[in-house]
Amino acid sequence: MTDLPPLLAANPRLSAWLRFLPDGAVGVHTGRVELGQGVITVMAQVAAEELDVDPPRIRMTPATTGFSPDEGYTAGSMSVQYGAAALRVACAEARGLYLDAAAREFGVDAARLTVSDGEIRAPDGRTTSYWELPELPETDVTGTYPLKSPSQYRIVGTSAPRLDLPDKVTGRPRYVHDLALPGQCYGQVVRPPSRGARLACFDENLATSVAGVVTVVRDGDFLAVIAERIETALHAAALLRESAEWEEHPALPDPEDLPGYLLSAPAETTVLASRGSAPAAFSHEAVYHRPYLAHASIGPSSATAVLTGQTAPGAEPGRLRVWSHSQGIYPLRAELARALGLDPENVTVTHSEGAGCYGHNGADDAAMDAALLARAVPGRPVQVTWSREEELGWAPFGTAGVARVAAETDEAGSVRAWHHEIWSNGHATRPGSVASVALLTASHREGGSPIDPAWEPPLALGGGSGRNAVPSYDFPSYEVVNHRLLEMPLRASSLRSLGAFLNVFAAESFLDELAEKAGRDPVEYRLSALGDPRARAVVSSAASRAGWGTPLTGSAGRGIGYARYKNTSAYCAVVAEVEAVSEIRVRRLTIAVDAGMVVNPDGAANQVEGGAVQATSWACKEQVRFDRYGVTSDTWETYPILRFSEVPAVDVELLPGDGNPSLGVGECAQGPVAAAIGNAICDALSVRVRTLPFSPENVAAALPD
Amino acid sequence: MNTVRVNGELEEVQAEPGTPLLYVLRDHLDLKGTRFGCGLSLCGSCMVLVDGQAVYSCDIPLWSAEGKDITTVEGLRDHPVTGALISEQAAQCGYCVSGIVVAAAELLRRNPDPTEAEVREGLDRNLCRCGSHNRIVRAVLAAARELR
Repeated sequence: MTDLPPLLAANPRLSAWLRFLPDGAVGVHTGRVELGQGVITVMAQVAAEELDVDPPRIRMTPATTGFSPDEGYTAGSMSVQYGAAALRVACAEARGLYLDAAAREFGVDAARLTVSDGEIRAPDGRTTSYWELPELPETDVTGTYPLKSPSQYRIVGTSAPRLDLPDKVTGRPRYVHDLALPGQCYGQVVRPPSRGARLACFDENLATSVAGVVTVVRDGDFLAVIAERIETALHAAALLRESAEWEEHPALPDPEDLPGYLLSAPAETTVLASRGSAPAAFSHEAVYHRPYLAHASIGPSSATAVLTGQTAPGAEPGRLRVWSHSQGIYPLRAELARALGLDPENVTVTHSEGAGCYGHNGADDAAMDAALLARAVPGRPVQVTWSREEELGWAPFGTAGVARVAAETDEAGSVRAWHHEIWSNGHATRPGSVASVALLTASHREGGSPIDPAWEPPLALGGGSGRNAVPSYDFPSYEVVNHRLLEMPLRASSLRSLGAFLNVFAAESFLDELAEKAGRDPVEYRLSALGDPRARAVVSSAASRAGWGTPLTGSAGRGIGYARYKNTSAYCAVVAEVEAVSEIRVRRLTIAVDAGMVVNPDGAANQVEGGAVQATSWACKEQVRFDRYGVTSDTWETYPILRFSEVPAVDVELLPGDGNPSLGVGECAQGPVAAAIGNAICDALSVRVRTLPFSPENVAAALPD
Repeated sequence: MNTVRVNGELEEVQAEPGTPLLYVLRDHLDLKGTRFGCGLSLCGSCMVLVDGQAVYSCDIPLWSAEGKDITTVEGLRDHPVTGALISEQAAQCGYCVSGIVVAAAELLRRNPDPTEAEVREGLDRNLCRCGSHNRIVRAVLAAARELR
């Protein structure tokens, strides 16, 4: 029993994971949610494999509170590592229980039965099936039935096509934005014009006199309108915005000296990790900086909510139903209940797919908006879809940060001691991870309090700011120090790879600086400090496939970056080839990944490739802009991302799994890509750019005077 | 009452003449394939063909679409680019893909034998955030081969 995967121990009921449906299908209700990463396809493969049924029989059910297992958040590249592990055991249990039942019916030993596409066959040719045998009784998973050996896999390990793509490519309704319930109306929020602005007055009549407006909702500094149609809601919201007067004050730090702010703001200082003894001083040191980054999904956050059973204000609390693209339906349910004074049992959150999710974006906030507005029109569903400006201006950001790396080297230039220090906000303000209600609108309501500064998860859970600050190399001594800011001028939370983006960029840039000082080749320099054969394999493989050491012409350069994500997950090495003319252009990324056993190779390659392209965009172009009042980069003109003609060729190689357990791949490329590009720029221009992004301004600023 | 021709069908719509075509399609005609992305003609997820030209439907008022031939992603289900995107598994979240199907259909009509660089340039008005660009480009090139 002690061997049960943690998620199964928390959700032991077998029927929470799968049910055999009368029409010959199997309903699988993983708590993992589709974020555009292909996870439902992977889960269907795992279930089909372990049950011995053909994949078309698997019916993936959208996760719903009270029905699906509570798997917390779908985040941190952990779905395959943990979620699939739990589902596999549950499916093996179901298969085993049916085999036992068939064995009793046929009077033969269960070990002599075979299963093919759900049909159970006895040695004498008698057959039955999962669907003909009596339904399984309600039972808890015991974990006593053996799992299939990977050598028998015929579905896991193949590139099964994504289950959700045909609908999405052909434009069928599939996203949360597409929900159209009877009686549905549309809400639009009028956000404050700046951080901390207080709503002084507004002219409600301007909106309510528009035909088709249902009502205006004001709660403290939260102002919104509900209308029969979305175009009406947009029009009325614009009228409200024009009429509203706000008391504003400068609430943000000086954007011209963001590193200065980060280094001086009140912070909690912690030694996150150390090994050996630190020297009295370090002879090499460099400081690196990243800006705030936006999630910048192409589809803005959206949710629909309906409150039923409440006929009048002050009557019975009613039942709240919410459709959301949240990464965590159970934590969201708890947070909505807390914010609205409801019993969580009276709140149901159903996952409905959104546009690409790269971390804690505005999904939960939009759910709160919809829920709050649904309270104003009991019985009527309210859909809220954020504007582009809300999405880029008000969703949580990946935090800006400063990393100082220092080292002491031996006579060969190899690292003897390493010091890595970080100044930034934390990376976790998800519902449930801070004490305050972690929903944007809750902080704007009457009596609402600001969202607490982001928390730092322990390194054992992957860390936040400290993620990948512990060296991936065998350095004799190191120390990692984190300064977690105790104030949060711009809301920061989890964005793909969290602190690893800055830390790997800093550490891998610094390694190249050290290699250069020692007159050593960057690949050789890394290999000399890597004992783990899997680490060495990705570095060597990426280098050799990228033609490391072969000459490049003109203004081109080549650079490498490596990390094992979270120090415990997938190994990833990236070689970037850049061209530096009027601006930095990344021509090619050659990537090698070891993720252990891969359930769906094409899906994994797609995730790595997508992550690498996104990291190229972050590294070369992206920076949240703000002034002392608010965020100014709230359109695609002010927050540009990489376009088709700017995207590099990306070559992903997945190294053989060699029987190693599966490791998540969704975030492993982010840090190594930024580092590889920075190192390639230095190779091309002999200029070390330590401030992201690699914009013409930052490259120019790094040029010697 | 306004009349628009969408995917070959004449549709009557009761909406203000200034209503963006995007919402006419999505909410009045229940054609959810055309997506809202930015409302500012900057991302391409709302692209449709109007008389064969790929345009941003978030910025076209209903009155100006009257009498025009409108094709949405739903009207391009049989277009080779749709099948090619699926066989190349050329998406992650898929949200930008509707607009890309539309943009690619127009591109291939204008230029049946595009180079890779021409495909990239042709899709520069469409943003993708998941990083599916290279797969999408391969799919459009595959569709071009199929069309020839």
